[in-house]
Amino acid sequence: MNAHVAPQLNPPVATSRPLVRIVIVGHVDHGKSTLIGRLLSETGSLPDGKLELLKAVAIRRGMAFEWSFLLDALQTERDQGITIDTSQIRFRTPVRDFVLIDAPGHTEFLRNMITGASQADAALLLVDAAEGVREQTLRHAYLLHLLGIRQVAVVINKMDRVGYDDNRFREIDAEITAHLGGFGLRPAAVIPISARHGDGVVERSAAIEWYRGPTVIEALDGFAPAQPATALPLRLPVQAVYKFDDRRIVAGRIQSGQIAVGDEIAVAPSGKRAVVRSIEAWPANDIEPYEAGTGQSVGITLDRPLFIARGEVIARAERQAPSGRRLKARIFWLHDTPLAARTYVTVRIGTAEARGVVTAIANTLDPGDQSAANGDTLSQNHVGEVEITLSNPVAADLHADNPRTGRIVLDLGGHIAGGGLVLALDDDSRSESASMLAGEALVARAADLNRSLAVLNLTQRLVGIRGALDGSIVFTTSFGLEDQVILHHICEAGLDIDVVTLDTGRLFPETYTTWEETERRYGRRIRAIYPQHAALEELVAAQGINGFYQAKEARVACCDVRKVEPLKRALAGAKGWITGLRADQSADRGNLALATADRDRNLLKFNPLIDWSRQAAQDFAAAHDVPTNPLHQKGLLSIGCAPCTRAVRAGEPERAGRWWWEDSSKKECGLHVAAGMAR
Amino acid sequence: MDRLDELEAQSVFIFREAFARMKKLALLWSLGKDSNVMIWLARKAFFGHMPFPAMHVDTGKKFPEMYAFRDRYAAEWGLDLIVESCPPIDAVDPSLPPAARSAARKTEGLKLALAKHGFDGLIAGIRRDEEATRAKERVFSPRGLEGHWEVRDQPPEFWDHFNARLPVGAHLRVHPILHWTETDIWAYTRREGIPIIPLYLARNGKRYRSLGDADITFPVQSHARSIDEIIAELDTTRTPERAGRAMDHEAEDAFERLRVAGYL
Repeated sequence: MNAHVAPQLNPPVATSRPLVRIVIVGHVDHGKSTLIGRLLSETGSLPDGKLELLKAVAIRRGMAFEWSFLLDALQTERDQGITIDTSQIRFRTPVRDFVLIDAPGHTEFLRNMITGASQADAALLLVDAAEGVREQTLRHAYLLHLLGIRQVAVVINKMDRVGYDDNRFREIDAEITAHLGGFGLRPAAVIPISARHGDGVVERSAAIEWYRGPTVIEALDGFAPAQPATALPLRLPVQAVYKFDDRRIVAGRIQSGQIAVGDEIAVAPSGKRAVVRSIEAWPANDIEPYEAGTGQSVGITLDRPLFIARGEVIARAERQAPSGRRLKARIFWLHDTPLAARTYVTVRIGTAEARGVVTAIANTLDPGDQSAANGDTLSQNHVGEVEITLSNPVAADLHADNPRTGRIVLDLGGHIAGGGLVLALDDDSRSESASMLAGEALVARAADLNRSLAVLNLTQRLVGIRGALDGSIVFTTSFGLEDQVILHHICEAGLDIDVVTLDTGRLFPETYTTWEETERRYGRRIRAIYPQHAALEELVAAQGINGFYQAKEARVACCDVRKVEPLKRALAGAKGWITGLRADQSADRGNLALATADRDRNLLKFNPLIDWSRQAAQDFAAAHDVPTNPLHQKGLLSIGCAPCTRAVRAGEPERAGRWWWEDSSKKECGLHVAAGMAR
Repeated sequence: MDRLDELEAQSVFIFREAFARMKKLALLWSLGKDSNVMIWLARKAFFGHMPFPAMHVDTGKKFPEMYAFRDRYAAEWGLDLIVESCPPIDAVDPSLPPAARSAARKTEGLKLALAKHGFDGLIAGIRRDEEATRAKERVFSPRGLEGHWEVRDQPPEFWDHFNARLPVGAHLRVHPILHWTETDIWAYTRREGIPIIPLYLARNGKRYRSLGDADITFPVQSHARSIDEIIAELDTTRTPERAGRAMDHEAEDAFERLRVAGYL
């Protein structure tokens, strides 16, 4: 069987016509579905038998035939004669292909109207000539404006019901035109029609001979597909970084501007820079793509292994995307729970997501009757200006600068609950709500890094950790086997990581020897931190030189003075802390993660050796001539202070030799337990 | 960008969003023209790789040409192929009309496959222009615990932001080619040189426009013997695409009932 069909040239006519997406909006029962039915039938776009089928259905159910049966595909919609959800249907004229988007006119289904209208390039706003401008007419008009739809024609339907009266037409024309003008929309046409009888839809009608403007079809043919934002600066929100083979591909869809091989780019919010090395494509062609433009989904490689996360925005270095932690947005709210100050939301801008807390709400409005609404909460289907403080900076543009990347979506409890336009953005990390969110942000960051680092090897993990954090990273070592393996990797990779040890004053002589040998082997000084002498003198005065054997409280007090407090100084100002913990060292450490949020110390803690076995570390050290503490050979697996460490017998857990006289369930000095683990 | 480029860019974006947001994805491969285009788009999105399995929920009643196609291209495209079979007809709602009941075996097969593999996202190749309830679908369409579609209460979806958080045990349907038309599929298949099952091309004045189970799928009158001729035919035909799929036409709401229960 040869099923393969060779590719052919010349694009077929059927996909070369312009495609325009039109949403039909307006108040319930003003005739949206009827207009669509009329358009489809008069342009010969209905499939064979469809009309007959729907007529037969109407007779069987004892109902009058309705054009709305065409799009109201759901049984409940036909039963109740109401459009619940948005639908789309195709039709075409000799010069254009159209997607007609039917939007429900009932206020209860406004979220579905927005789902439909957000996909449109242009809109027809329907008004019933007899009823005139109503609540959803106004609400839909306002939402078209918020959704960024600039091409609008107003259709005044049911002219037959007002005797094709041109005065009534002019009255509504003046009202709706003034209303649209209020937010800067100028209708392309205001068209009198009767969808039921066909006047003014496809054909001109003698009944409306006083009207000189376009028919509905002519107005539709005047609409253009939405223009891509090619003239704006490059914005490429990162969807993911892929490493399926030896390429590290940064993937995303270009929202505006162009990108080319050789461009210097800047990543926001991190500010990191790189040069575009290639634009990747599959299947590979003879000529590699050199540039890509607005709307394209691309993959690029860079000249250096930057740590880039989903949600960051790539721009050209000279036109970097702004970013900030505080923003103001004009929001339309769809959730039945009103939005109030101090509500936590998830903010989505492009591919970025951040936790945010609402700090203020102002200028609320019910766009259905243009009345000012209750000031400090935002009710369902209302619009208002909302100020939000974010847990971490997010890149965005002001909507006035870039209509694509200046849009924001709010998510409440995992559901899309609102959306809007970014009005202001600034970076204020000092506010109270910012610090409220810092801990939460840390947890989210840890969870992200946990995922992205897990698949990497040890060197890649360390490089990734260094790349992910701005600011200092501290690696604390006690010269045990695991620490030595990590130190070896840090030194080999030449990473800018501060290596620190806590000298308690009670270490084994062998530990000091190992320390010295390590400094010689890797040619670097290791920063030593000592206990505060006053506190140590007080401790020894109180409990004696070996008082820690007397009671657990005494031991913990000793650990505090000799290790925990010095650690606090070692980590002061650090953004990251690397340790040699492994998950299988003790039952207590089994629920460790590779990256965790230490909320108390406000830093990220990394355990890059978490999934190694002791054997693997031993094998690595042996193979790479890594200096190790000779006490390991004598059965001391976990080495701390000399008085508090003994050898472990065959079959005992690794940390059984630490504080062996105490209860075996909790063998921690306090360095690693105070550090809160990621929730 | 021309229209096919735009369609492709949007589908690639959807694939990448699904892969970023879902933990365990599978692509439903029905072996037809639409799901073959989907596989092609997935490989575009992930630079030649498809980083999740292709699952064929097999009724056992497909045309022999479809099985031959599956086995050949699963190997040629390096797919991680999962084949799951459907339960017998007795397991299916007896109140459905005969062809719909037969088609609903696939829904039951899907439920079993979901339970077995624990997928939280299923990528399906449905299109809005195929059928009126599909025209009301979301790109990311949440399904309840029993695979049910809450058609009266779909979440809002706008500006390429998709709802992806789910209760435990529920799953999400992802529809990367929802915005394509039948003509788009053929024009893209031709442009990209994607292989097709020859049943789509006319022989003795008939061809299949849509492929399903051999016993409930019928050919339509056609003289289109190449993809070009199919595209030309679609430009003028007023016969709906699924005219040859018996389960769509047995009762006014038969297809809606199938879909609400979890059919594609």
